Amino acid sequence: MRADWEVVIGLETHAQLTTASKIFSGASTAFGAPPNTQASAVDIALPGTLPVLNKGAVERAIRFGLAVGGTIAQRCVFARKNYFYPDLPKGYQISQYEQPVVAGGTLSFLLDGAVKTVRLTRAHLEEDAGKLLHEAVPGSSGVDLNRAGTPLLEIVTEPDMRSAAEAVAYAKALHALVRWIGICDGNMQEGSFRCDANVSVRKPGGALGTRCEIKNLNSFRFLEKAIEYEIRRQVEVIEDGGKIVQETRLYDPDRDETRSMRSKEDAHDYRYFPDPDLLPLAIDRAWIDRVGGAMTALPDALRGRYISQLGLSLYDAMLLTESREKAAFFDEVMKADVQAKIAANWVNGEVSALLNDAGLEFDRSPVSGGQLSRILQLIADGTLSGKGAKEVLREVARGDSATGDVDEIVASKNLKQISDGGAIEAAVDQVMAANPKLVEDYRSGKEKAFNALVGQVMKATQGKANPAQVNAALKKKLG
Amino acid sequence: MLSLQDVQRIARLARLELSGAEAEAMREQMNAILAMVDQMSAVDTQGVEPMSHPQDVTQRLRDDVVTEPDRRDDFLALAPQAEDGLYLVPKVID
Repeated sequence: MRADWEVVIGLETHAQLTTASKIFSGASTAFGAPPNTQASAVDIALPGTLPVLNKGAVERAIRFGLAVGGTIAQRCVFARKNYFYPDLPKGYQISQYEQPVVAGGTLSFLLDGAVKTVRLTRAHLEEDAGKLLHEAVPGSSGVDLNRAGTPLLEIVTEPDMRSAAEAVAYAKALHALVRWIGICDGNMQEGSFRCDANVSVRKPGGALGTRCEIKNLNSFRFLEKAIEYEIRRQVEVIEDGGKIVQETRLYDPDRDETRSMRSKEDAHDYRYFPDPDLLPLAIDRAWIDRVGGAMTALPDALRGRYISQLGLSLYDAMLLTESREKAAFFDEVMKADVQAKIAANWVNGEVSALLNDAGLEFDRSPVSGGQLSRILQLIADGTLSGKGAKEVLREVARGDSATGDVDEIVASKNLKQISDGGAIEAAVDQVMAANPKLVEDYRSGKEKAFNALVGQVMKATQGKANPAQVNAALKKKLG
Repeated sequence: MLSLQDVQRIARLARLELSGAEAEAMREQMNAILAMVDQMSAVDTQGVEPMSHPQDVTQRLRDDVVTEPDRRDDFLALAPQAEDGLYLVPKVID
């Protein structure tokens, strides 16, 4: 691929809302029930039934609008999106078209160490469709309508992303935010959070190219690979003198390629119109204020506090607010008297790596915030070296200690740093006596020999000697 | 004015099969409706908010509570074909 193509990506994300009941009926939304046991008369579209809007779904949309700084419509309308498919027994999906519940807003995240902001176009409420099972009964397709009517918030961005990596970073930030504000469980295996990517390429500064939409990407990895494949495909088509046809494509993870859904020409003629079964939805200021008042601190607010009150960098603050659980963990660490910058480094570094290796999130961390803050205090007062502290962290995480008491683990595992001047001098004397060659090298001007001697002293003390004191003692004795 | 082709396309979108005579009859009726709409368009509506519903009232909301029991067996009995708790339709391939 030649380098002079600019990639333009917009994402549409369907976030399944965490309501107990469906958006227009009182049926349960619990995952994994036997087929059709959670499909009520409204969900299966029996004649004469009428939808009644779930307050909890609207309330979650309001939370999202507040979290991204969008405008929440005082009045919005539900529309019918008409198409025929067996997963949608009404023949239309109830969605929002001209007047969505949330307009505008932005989402910021870290990309290669810099802050990137993506503008949101809108977020609207709609119902999910049912599920087709092609293998269950030979010769037929089986229809399970348990999912029909599950509330979704469709979140649409402006075409602001310029690479697959950027699209993934946005999707991860959005995933963290919807979980942060508790409107979506984010379970991608169960389809609670799925993305459609609109991808086009153009010459930098030129008019937007024709876009293709890749549907139903339910993992960050597939999102990245599908977009990368699609970029290569479009550039190849254009460079070979062809034209991109606007169409919907599906990503096939087994073959790592996208292919056309070959939809009929009329498939996109949805003939939207306001749903006569649903009156306009009014959202007054008082309701928005109530919802806002009940929300926990948003990532933006926490970042502001970390920067202004704790003196952290924007970079550190962004990393700490990657998820609510991580921020809560950091807040727990900061309850003790520890230095914010050092605490941030440990949370973003050692603890994140430890959890990553174990495949755990911060809410299930085997090391508590309190335990980490104690470790940091022991570094600060010289009891632990940096290396020793990492060992203590791993010991705590292993969970062998009955009490989990950090001081007890330090004592029982003998991880305390040697800061006793006499003991260090003795070790230095011993190492100098055993390595006359190194001593001579250093005295004849070979600076490197000094580091080798430090290494020998550390080895002799099982890495527990205070490195600053070892350096000082060696310097003094070597003259 | 709608052509016969327009009428057939609208019918196809609605999954309706129209004979030639039916399509012609529909064309006349639909054009009559559009003519009436044209007549209404002549009214000056400047400054009037479009309404999405004939009554100027707003949606009442339902609390987020599960109220519907499982009535799968009753509902499946209404379907032309059902098996293993699933409604059956002719095989659909994407």
